[in-house]
Amino acid sequence: MPNTMSPGIVAGRLPAAQLAENFSDLHAPLDGHEAAVAADRCYFCHDAPCITACPTTIDIPLFIRQIATGTPEAAAKTILSQNILGGMCARVCPTETLCEEACVREAAEGKPVAIGRLQRYATDTLMATGRHPFARAPETGRRVAVIGAGPAGLACAHRLAMHGHKVELYDARQNPGGLNEYGIAAYKTVGGFAQAEVDWLMKIGGIVAYCGFPLTGPDMLADYVNQPAYDAVFLGIGLGGVNALKVPGEDLEGVQDAVRFIAGLRQSDLAQVPVGRNVVVIGGGMTAIDAAVQSKLLGAENVTILYRRSRDEMPASRYEQDLAASKGVRLIFNAMPVEIVGQGAVSAVRVEYTRTEGGRVTGTGETFEVVADHVLKAIGQTLDGAPAGLEVIGGKIAVTGPGRTGMAKVWAGGDCAAGGDDLTVTAVAQGRDAAEDIHATLMQRG
Amino acid sequence: MANLATTFAGIRSPNPFWLASAPPTDKEYNVRRAYEAGWGGVVWKTLGSEGPPVVNVNGPRYGAIWGADRRLLGLNNIELITDRPLEVNLREIKAVKRDWPDRALVVSLMVPCDEESWKAILAHVEDTQADGVELNFGCPHGMAERGMGSAVGQVPEYIEMVTRWVKQHSRMPCIVKLTPNIADIRKPAEAARRGGADAVSLINTINSITSVNLDSFSPEPMIDGKGTHGGYCGPAVKPIALNMVAEIARNPATQGLPISGIGGVTTWRDAAEFMALGAGNVQVCTAAMTYGFKVVQEMISGLSDYMDGKGFAATSDLVARAVPNVTDWQFLNLNYVTKARIDQEACIKCGRCYAACEDTSHQAIWMKPGRVFEVNDAECVACNLCVDVCPVQDCITMVELPKGTVDARTGRTVGDYANWTTHPNNPSAQAAE
Repeated sequence: MPNTMSPGIVAGRLPAAQLAENFSDLHAPLDGHEAAVAADRCYFCHDAPCITACPTTIDIPLFIRQIATGTPEAAAKTILSQNILGGMCARVCPTETLCEEACVREAAEGKPVAIGRLQRYATDTLMATGRHPFARAPETGRRVAVIGAGPAGLACAHRLAMHGHKVELYDARQNPGGLNEYGIAAYKTVGGFAQAEVDWLMKIGGIVAYCGFPLTGPDMLADYVNQPAYDAVFLGIGLGGVNALKVPGEDLEGVQDAVRFIAGLRQSDLAQVPVGRNVVVIGGGMTAIDAAVQSKLLGAENVTILYRRSRDEMPASRYEQDLAASKGVRLIFNAMPVEIVGQGAVSAVRVEYTRTEGGRVTGTGETFEVVADHVLKAIGQTLDGAPAGLEVIGGKIAVTGPGRTGMAKVWAGGDCAAGGDDLTVTAVAQGRDAAEDIHATLMQRG
Repeated sequence: MANLATTFAGIRSPNPFWLASAPPTDKEYNVRRAYEAGWGGVVWKTLGSEGPPVVNVNGPRYGAIWGADRRLLGLNNIELITDRPLEVNLREIKAVKRDWPDRALVVSLMVPCDEESWKAILAHVEDTQADGVELNFGCPHGMAERGMGSAVGQVPEYIEMVTRWVKQHSRMPCIVKLTPNIADIRKPAEAARRGGADAVSLINTINSITSVNLDSFSPEPMIDGKGTHGGYCGPAVKPIALNMVAEIARNPATQGLPISGIGGVTTWRDAAEFMALGAGNVQVCTAAMTYGFKVVQEMISGLSDYMDGKGFAATSDLVARAVPNVTDWQFLNLNYVTKARIDQEACIKCGRCYAACEDTSHQAIWMKPGRVFEVNDAECVACNLCVDVCPVQDCITMVELPKGTVDARTGRTVGDYANWTTHPNNPSAQAAE
């Protein structure tokens, strides 16, 4: 039986029971009384800062008051009318940098209202009933292709279907959900929640999903746009490519993209997921944190995150950094890999300390080695094969307003589109807003 | 250290905290434990006449109102007087009093409204060596339907008559417990004094329905689908009780009549407020029912520390100290002008002051860029609502305009004391002498 000390990249370092415990809910759901107490802390602010801080502009004080008055299903409807993936966002949003950072009680006492957990309480309560709270408008006879069934595509598809349009939803993977299904740390979305949420969302009707379709490539759009059957196309294809490290040794055995590692983990029996004894994660975003923490939870003995800038500049929030540290992950700041060392397989990472001068990171010349048998690259994703005919700006599809591209029938949103943070909640907002614009456009044409 | 010992209507107790006549004082076991915890006195749960005792419902007797985290704010009950045999209660009272001579032990009574009934029970109580009696003219449920409790307390003539019987047939100090379910609390208090009462105690509970079950459509507490009005008590009733105590304290007809303050006393501070408004001691029930007898220890230490801080050697230094400051609206100084001031350092930018003022008051708070909230003196009428809704203590304060300054709202210079009686808008105003 392998254990945490076993060399190399192996599966089953921890007994099944330990794995199950490690990957259980990061935050236990609030029970009814806890929710009432948490809800009571909300001041019902005027023009509340939390609403402004929410990319989907959920009326947070209202939904919390609805919880406080014993109507969590009404609260859920308040949430979902703005953010149909409010259940997932309640689990994965970096609330500490969004609504909860803006909460006046954060300013008052350093302890914001538990908005994320309250949102989960409301949405879980509604979803447990199995009911879908929205109804479709009468059929409009319009047909829209939504390419990519991630958060942006799902939000767009739902809103379009609600307005009475027919939606055909395409995704390259075997399951819909995008990064909700393949890209988020397992302990944030336990119990198959991502798929359950998609199933629940589809209850609106009018959406047909086609999975396992190749989506990207220069000729892709032509297949959809040029089909007269579609009145509009929404692109929510995400970022399919990954950045290269561009250091010697990147091709050694044991060097892996963190997004692939996480996707594999999400779709497998945890006991079958191989992980190194000494894992080094390179990067500073949520993917780096998720990969590092899950490596540790799978039983890696040592997990180190290398980030080339300072702690304050790290895209992952302090909350996420502390989460990683609490699980035993070591974070090294101002350090960049200069070589992956090894004979055939990786044995170490040679690291150079850095300083930032005029915004640019440069090495100090001082180096050290970190023992590694598993290197996970989490240094950002790229738009893979931008569709022909669309302007690409800064590596993303250029859009104006609610996701309009340069092509008349084509809208885009989510990570593949320029503008906004690469967050689930931002993708939902963009998908929703594009759907509203598509709807307005289609109905205007008469 | 301050001396908390009090003599109330001739009854001595080591501190002014008594347990009110209620479920906590229904039997020897409880009362002994209350004394052990430190209670200065106990009013034994109301005794009725000899014969088969009353019966209580066998379903819920209490209903409640909760605040955050299920903090009990208000309690309502439909329990009747003691449902234990009279002789058992009397025997226990006698035993307890014998063992606790330094504590006050008063016996609450409620018997039919005839002289013989009162005469009979008084003889029994005297035999126990109890310190006094309290006449329960307050209980608003159940017993009132049988012509007792608040049915007596709502008719001043009955109060006077029964009180007179009690004073005639007993040497014991007599406290008359008043019902708040009446239009003018001064009338029953005056009647009690006329009848010879040594003191009044108030308030008894307020008629109430705590809630309605919206599935079964029955009032709570529910007994087999039905409910009835019960007596409301606890922190929620304190403001009502404070006013009634003050009304009696400042009424010339009842001046000097000892008052035992009852109604939502939960902390030492509540007790001190009742005493400042004229109560010689306080009686507590809901706080003990919520937290147990031990709460008295905080009341004792808190009141003692407060009195030390104020330099009060005895409770008499505190009692009625606020009474001269209770006045009628018409005598309030209309030249006392204040304006709200928002401490920008303390402000957490929730905007509740703005919503309250803009939507429901005088549009006197500006919301400026960056969620900066400022008071517009030209509109501020000093209503205090912003202070009341602000979640941060002392963030908004009312600052008095010094005499001689100009009120930006009225354009008038702040002058000397002047009230409604002399105001030019008052049709019956008289020129100031």
